[in-house]
Amino acid sequence: MSKGKGVMATVVALAAAFTLAGCGERPQVITYKSGTYQGKPDSRPWDNAPFKGDQRAWELALKDRAQTQNEYKRAN
Amino acid sequence: MARMKFLCDAERCIECNSCVTACKNEHEVPWGVNRRRVVTINDGIEKAEKSISVACMHCSDAPCMAVCPVDCFYKTEQGVVLHDKDLCIGCGYCFYACPFGAPQFPQSGAFSMRGKMDKCTFCAGGPEADNSNEERVRYGRNRLAEGKLPACAEMCSTKALLGGDADVLSDIYRERVLRRGKGGEMWGWATAYGRPDAPPAGQQPQAPAAPAPAPGGKS
Repeated sequence: MSKGKGVMATVVALAAAFTLAGCGERPQVITYKSGTYQGKPDSRPWDNAPFKGDQRAWELALKDRAQTQNEYKRAN
Repeated sequence: MARMKFLCDAERCIECNSCVTACKNEHEVPWGVNRRRVVTINDGIEKAEKSISVACMHCSDAPCMAVCPVDCFYKTEQGVVLHDKDLCIGCGYCFYACPFGAPQFPQSGAFSMRGKMDKCTFCAGGPEADNSNEERVRYGRNRLAEGKLPACAEMCSTKALLGGDADVLSDIYRERVLRRGKGGEMWGWATAYGRPDAPPAGQQPQAPAAPAPAPGGKS
């Protein structure tokens, strides 16, 4: 292969590479992703004096409390 | 596991602002900051006026968490969205992202600079020791750690604003709607918690089938 043909082949290969580079473009749609929390750790609501780590007791207390919002369950 | 949510019944809200007052009083929220407010549409128009109590809805996929440049937000096991004021830089991105306008910024310092963001905590305090003075001063009272529900919901005079575990709220609201036979809209729930019938990501919703033409009618 002559030197001219080699140069031509290189130019064609480079042109093809640049032309086809556009085909690899990804759709630019923003996808929000929550980051990792960087602050101080928080304790759980049942990890304190009234419930002493008893998650079940805390959940029951809140469930009972929520029923006070239901006037159909009250004595009318 | 409880999933904490708010539900406001537009059929019942009478714009008394007791939720707003309860919140202000419970947490000693400073002047100019409103963690909760009542929005009224069609004000004064008979049979069209509706009021809704609005605050942070503690969204399932919270946009504030996604846009925060310093990642100061976290979500508790109960689905309550909270933040660390030590990290907050008061940039205001969360305010622009929030569909409910929940984040509030007290003016502090010279030139009316925005202070650290403040918002509804579902009465769950923040990342300080539960029921400590520090938590109370910075985030407000932690009623959840006392086994109590948010003050706004408990104080609501007509029980329009419900707060608590989603399962319990749904049961209460379902019974209410069945008894009165109208007003089953759960305002803000689709925005905050997603639509239960939404197609999975990447799938387009199918168009509803065209109704069959009535016999003898124009097509």
